[in-house]
Amino acid sequence: MATEFPAHHYLNDGYGIKSWLLTRDHKRIALLYLIAVTFFFFVGGAFAVLIRLDLATPPGDLVSDDTYNQLFTMHGVIMVFFFLIPAIPAILGNFLVPLMIGAKDLAFPKLNLLSWYIYIIGGLMGVYVLLTGGLDTGWTMYAPFSTRFSTTRVVPAALAIFVTGFSSILTGLNFIVTIHKMRAPGMGWFNMPLFLWSTYATSLINILGTPVIAITALLVAVERLFRFGFFDPALGGDPVLFQHLFWFYSHPAVYIMILPAMGVISELVAAFCRKPVFGYSFVAFSSLGIAVLGFLVWGHHMFVAGQSVYASLIFSMLSFLVAIPSAIKVFNWTATMYKGSVSWQTPMLYAIGFIGLFTIGGLTGLFLASIGVNVHVTDTYFIIAHFHYIMVGGTIMGYLGGLHYWWPKISGRLYPEGLSKLSAAIIFIGFNLTFFPQFILGYLGMPRRYHAYPPEFQVLNVLSSAGASILGVGYLLPMFYLAWSLRYGKPAGANPWGASGLEWTTTSPPPTENFPVTPTVTESPYHYPSPVVKHVA
Amino acid sequence: MHNHTTAHPALAHHFDSLDQQQEAASLGMWVFLLTEILFFGGLFLVYTIYRGWYPQAFASASHHLDIPLGTINTAVLIGSSLTMAMAVHAAQLNSRKGIMVFIVLTMVLGTVFLGIKGLEYSHKFHEHLIPGLHFEYAAEPQFVRHAQIFFSLYFVMTGLHAAHMIVGMGLMTWMLIWTARGVIGNGYYSPVEIVGLYWHFVDIVWIFLFPLLYLIGRHA
Amino acid sequence: MFDIPLFPERASTIAGEVDALYFFLVGLSGFFALLIATLIVAFAIRFRRRHADEVGAQVHGGLLLEIGWTVIPFIITMVIFFWGAKVYFAMANPPDETLNIYVVGKQWMWKVQHVTGQREINELHVPVGRPVRLIMTSEDVIHDFSIPAMRIKADVIPGRFVQIWFEPTNAGTYQIFCAEYCGTQHSAMIGRVSVMEPAAYQAWLSGGTAEGSLASRGEKLFADLACNTCHRPDARGRGPWLAGVFGHSVQLQDSSVVTADENYLRESIMQPAAKVTAGFQPVMPAFQGLITEEQLLALIEYVKSLSPAEQPQAQPAGTQR
Repeated sequence: MATEFPAHHYLNDGYGIKSWLLTRDHKRIALLYLIAVTFFFFVGGAFAVLIRLDLATPPGDLVSDDTYNQLFTMHGVIMVFFFLIPAIPAILGNFLVPLMIGAKDLAFPKLNLLSWYIYIIGGLMGVYVLLTGGLDTGWTMYAPFSTRFSTTRVVPAALAIFVTGFSSILTGLNFIVTIHKMRAPGMGWFNMPLFLWSTYATSLINILGTPVIAITALLVAVERLFRFGFFDPALGGDPVLFQHLFWFYSHPAVYIMILPAMGVISELVAAFCRKPVFGYSFVAFSSLGIAVLGFLVWGHHMFVAGQSVYASLIFSMLSFLVAIPSAIKVFNWTATMYKGSVSWQTPMLYAIGFIGLFTIGGLTGLFLASIGVNVHVTDTYFIIAHFHYIMVGGTIMGYLGGLHYWWPKISGRLYPEGLSKLSAAIIFIGFNLTFFPQFILGYLGMPRRYHAYPPEFQVLNVLSSAGASILGVGYLLPMFYLAWSLRYGKPAGANPWGASGLEWTTTSPPPTENFPVTPTVTESPYHYPSPVVKHVA
Repeated sequence: MHNHTTAHPALAHHFDSLDQQQEAASLGMWVFLLTEILFFGGLFLVYTIYRGWYPQAFASASHHLDIPLGTINTAVLIGSSLTMAMAVHAAQLNSRKGIMVFIVLTMVLGTVFLGIKGLEYSHKFHEHLIPGLHFEYAAEPQFVRHAQIFFSLYFVMTGLHAAHMIVGMGLMTWMLIWTARGVIGNGYYSPVEIVGLYWHFVDIVWIFLFPLLYLIGRHA
Repeated sequence: MFDIPLFPERASTIAGEVDALYFFLVGLSGFFALLIATLIVAFAIRFRRRHADEVGAQVHGGLLLEIGWTVIPFIITMVIFFWGAKVYFAMANPPDETLNIYVVGKQWMWKVQHVTGQREINELHVPVGRPVRLIMTSEDVIHDFSIPAMRIKADVIPGRFVQIWFEPTNAGTYQIFCAEYCGTQHSAMIGRVSVMEPAAYQAWLSGGTAEGSLASRGEKLFADLACNTCHRPDARGRGPWLAGVFGHSVQLQDSSVVTADENYLRESIMQPAAKVTAGFQPVMPAFQGLITEEQLLALIEYVKSLSPAEQPQAQPAGTQR
């Protein structure tokens, strides 16, 4: 008997633009985010393509110096604030948190919708900046260049970041209250799927760190507009103070970007090995550990910035400590695969890719925590390679893996497995070709944010640009086959993967209220066997 | 499961009980106030650092602030926290009239505060003490650069505080409307409670701002 | 055509130490990356799902393993920390005897000022085998003076001095980069260090300049700007006499004590009210905006020359307030 599509679900519960733009349903809000975030991903990606095209030859001959400086700035701003930070929490988190805890929605559905509107307003402000002169300060907006010397749209950009931050803060707040107050009966803290632990830890960082970047962006705007002297030495201010305030948020921000992906990987590894995650409480506590320690290491961005020797040593030591919980996760995921029933379906390929690439990226973090080496490689392509291994090899692989895993639940459809495996392979190859040569370039000394470079660096740059073109193809393919699947994909059924978790006990797509009756949880989060279910009565 | 024959009219569809809903609202506001602490905290950090580096310039600049007006404002704001607490108390006792009277009183006091603040700002304008706007510091010219930093912090910190007060008064207007319409009452009063929490927080920020800005070097 | 550099030259005494730590890290990372990659691929193959209903072994964890893979990474990271700190200390602590050279960064060039009077733009001539200390600042935004072959760099910050040091080991020319984004022509703000054999360096030095040494220029400025009307050796001086000040402790009006390093001298000229010497009044005018960075360097070098040849307490590569 063919798998049936449920008759009533959240996607056909009301038609028309108002039913979407005024929805309170966390699942629809997740899709609203999916559309917006995907748009920004491709805009930021387009800038990356232009950057790599220009860098294929030593002189800056594709675009002007000023345009190039705007390209890397906007690539960074868009990817950090409009893609990496919201993607997994606002799309997968919004969709899954209530389902995973057995609730009908998040604690504050209207606040959730407001978060999306705030994101859109911030995004529109960003588009306004793009269209009316751009930004050329680097995403890091160091003073006094940003507050006095740049001739680009610093104030609207700072305000865009200020506004967008509130979207993250409110989403984080919503998740925290939901996880505290709305877990189904029987679901204690140590009975939750690990994705929720990661989401919770991420939300803690969101609510504590984002306000600091908000006030910092506000001070930059105020200084630039009114010539108040907070960071400009000509007015008595201290430019290094800007860096402390900026990195106090922006370091924890990178954990906002990676923790949700780690949460996804825990789910993927459990589901595609049909085995509980090894060392559940260690993985859960490591998420909290990363969140806490992540707030204590910001000075490792400032070893050569004029920070005192003793502060630098403390930050170095703490930066090594923050690596350890990440290592614990990697070992636990690896151990989970041992004697698992390992499927090679696409989400698992992304998970395996993540584990490998995140490990490499994280290990290069040890190079950077060690001040002796950091001095040589900071501000070079080594740094760029390091964070792209983690953000792209890590976060984006986690995001795509999660998207593919939960796509049947979100859309009710299966995507073509052959194409999805092919895309994963193209992405893996393209990614490594793009970013591995950059480690070598960095140690050679090629500085970052360079429009033109000495000719002896060209071969490595060409390899990197070639990789980028392959990577671009890899990212475009899923857009096509996922969209195709919405119309032509086979109905998935409630639990096409045979995975455990409350979200798989309801239909695909789920009904608007998720569960007709609040479930009572009696089993651990990873209990197998869980039946592959084609339809739910 | 709870045994309600009819659900409370204020119970939202995604909560299982009014208790759960009110607890969630309360936790939500506490979390939000935590974010506000970090938000203002960044400013307090900047203030602390610059005051540590330039104590004399800061003391000199602080003496230009109007202590009588600042003290009146402090009393006004503390008073408004009292009236707000009375409003919450009235809500717990289901007294619609009490809620509305005390919220209106709180808003009156809040308006007085903002009025006095506006007066202080206009004084500063006339004394050429707004940074970036023909700032003059003729009496002690050696402090001019760092006094500008003091005043930059003064305007940003009190300005942000005032903005929070205006938002708070907007929230109170909303509470007045809900109370008049009968949404608040009959055991459902957490919106008033959490607006009260917010207002107390705004008061506490001022209690830190006042000595840090107005009272430098004024002991003894 | 395939002369692709894959590794930078070594041109300073610290370069080898940095590279040694680097190679250790490469080896360590390679080992662990390979280990994890091999394990996950091996497990994916060995335990691949053979039929649709198969499940894995329902194992929940192992305390011994958890402790093991917590403690061992902790030990390894602490080893790296100490090794990295050791290399950093060497970078942060110049020897007592150094050849001091001033560097001023501005959009988009490097101005080098030798104390003997020579000025260079985007070039730095130094002798091989002698420790060189660069005292650096910026005229506008934050830049970064980076010499990859020496494995050192530091941000140069407007409004203060930072220092780095290195001892060149091989004669030759090496790349200078600006390594902190600074605007339109950031990638054009590059130059060359020319490390010369001692004899060649002497020859280069003696092609000096007509203006004389930096300190003598400073002495002239000191008179031109009327500094000497207040800073006098006799009791009528409204400012402290500056002989012997540099490198020693100064007691301030508020009873605190500071060390008179280059940043103290800078601030005392630009914003004198910030730190007033005990026993004096805050009457000195602020020279912020009235003198250029080059003039400031000349004045500082002059004041330094009034102290017996002594370096201040070892200045770390960062600055301290």
